[in-house]
Amino acid sequence: MEFKIPHDIDMTQQASWCPGCGHGIICHAIAQAAEELGVSDRIVTVDDVACGQFAQYALKYNSIMGAHGRVVATAAGVKRARPDALVISHPGDGSAYSIGIESTLYCALRNENILTIVVNNSVFGMTGGQMSPTSLVGMKTATSPFGRDPKKNGTPVDITKLLAGTEMAYLARCAVNTPANVEKTKNAIKKALTKQMNGEGFCLVEVLSPCPTNWGMTPEQACEYVKTTQSVAFPLGEYIDREGEAK
Amino acid sequence: MAKELLKGNQAFAEACLRAGCRFFSGYPITPQSDILEYLCWRMDEVGGQCVQTESELAGINMVFGAAAAGARALTTTSGPGFSLKQEGISYLCASDVPAVIADVMRIGAGLGDIFMGQGDYWQLTRGGGHGDYRTIVLAPASCQEMADFGYMAFDLAEKYRHPVIVASDANIGQMMEGVELPEMKEHDPDTFDWAIRPRQEGEKQRVIWNRFWDIGEKEYPDYLRAKYAQMEEEEQRWEEVMTDDAEIVIVAYGISSRVAKSAIIRAREEGIKLGMIRPVTLWPYPKKAFEKLGPQVKAFLDIEMNILGQMTDDVVLASGNKLPVEFYGEYWSVIDENKIIERVKEMLKKY
Repeated sequence: MEFKIPHDIDMTQQASWCPGCGHGIICHAIAQAAEELGVSDRIVTVDDVACGQFAQYALKYNSIMGAHGRVVATAAGVKRARPDALVISHPGDGSAYSIGIESTLYCALRNENILTIVVNNSVFGMTGGQMSPTSLVGMKTATSPFGRDPKKNGTPVDITKLLAGTEMAYLARCAVNTPANVEKTKNAIKKALTKQMNGEGFCLVEVLSPCPTNWGMTPEQACEYVKTTQSVAFPLGEYIDREGEAK
Repeated sequence: MAKELLKGNQAFAEACLRAGCRFFSGYPITPQSDILEYLCWRMDEVGGQCVQTESELAGINMVFGAAAAGARALTTTSGPGFSLKQEGISYLCASDVPAVIADVMRIGAGLGDIFMGQGDYWQLTRGGGHGDYRTIVLAPASCQEMADFGYMAFDLAEKYRHPVIVASDANIGQMMEGVELPEMKEHDPDTFDWAIRPRQEGEKQRVIWNRFWDIGEKEYPDYLRAKYAQMEEEEQRWEEVMTDDAEIVIVAYGISSRVAKSAIIRAREEGIKLGMIRPVTLWPYPKKAFEKLGPQVKAFLDIEMNILGQMTDDVVLASGNKLPVEFYGEYWSVIDENKIIERVKEMLKKY
């Protein structure tokens, strides 16, 4: 098998992710998807602060570093100002589902014609592994030292349930813990970008992403955790696919 | 050109469109809502985008995206909503992104109330959010100036790559006057070499983020100080009313300055030498107007529609703390012409 670095990956800058982190794999999938579709010269990204912001070092695209929790709204602003651009917002689960849930929900309700790729690692990564909206029940984090207790902390956010009632164009959950899953992630991104080109509306691809540092695991254990635990709580698959219905 | 009878808020909204603004995102709040209502139909006519957002936060952050993409973008609000926009304004300043924000002021902290007021001076002039920043703040005193300043605000914002705030109030926003509207202009989002558009092969990557990443953290402080120094040097704007021989100088902006003008005319009929400096830019504060005053001035009377006299400190600073500065404020109602004259007479006995 030949491994080729996608053209849109920037090898001149350094993205300082921890070993075993899923962020770089997701950037690779974005670059590969854009290249295979031949739309590298149409992409604009809006990155959230924290770990996701390193994407602008990893990728050659022009980008905006938005305010924490606001990148989905900011991306919608970019798209409305530049309708020919293919706009990708790139928040983590803390950004998209906690502080920024109102804009995630309303961009889905307004069917804003953008793609949101939510990196779900079940923690606030950059700030040191605190409990996030997608920390699993029982999961020990810096702010749930005895494990997430639904009575005390509420239940985790499953975005596929929250957005199920909307008219959004495409909603999928993928993972980057195995080569097969990485391929599926890339294909979901390709499908979503194609829908954006067709003007179909809001697409959200959630990607389960290992965070060995904050999970206290080796990279191999973290990939196994995605398989045995994270993706059991948050099953992979396509949840909404309007299949080409024009907006 | 013929004048049209327009509300201040409508004159502002129309003038922004005519300046080439084709993106608006905002949220209903009194006494600003007429701007949102007007643009919800008018923006369609000119082929622009108008979004009633889920919150003030979304309003300012959508503007951040549209403006970063090179569009002339606007959001408008009032007191409580203006507080919510501060994080976004801080981001605009940190990232050197030009945009226009209007604050149609009301009264009080917390909910306060929807009545006319000038409650946000401190927040407007000090940089209401986190970090080292201020914005240019234009304070219209008529419906005509709502149009003129809205039109000019985009040019100023782009001159400095910096947000500009137009600060009016419920009176100026809601009252109707004859307005001569400016000519319709189109704006090209590709005007700027920094604006975000898809990167073409061979082009340098463009990133909108904290500017010290581009400029260098060691060079950035000098860059930023120079930027603000230029604004202070070139953008001070004010109106002088009979200051040449004035013994008491009123300092008032917006609707308060309109009432003060009437008081000056009446006082002059009684032989009282009363004048006024009316700040048109609340920041940069028009210090130059104070430097021009003659030695006959005995004291200043700061007039505002708030409780604590938010502008008083700036009058003290601008006048070099050499003369007494008194404050007359109203809350829940407009400034009273009679009270101004009574107060000035008392001051003339004292000083």
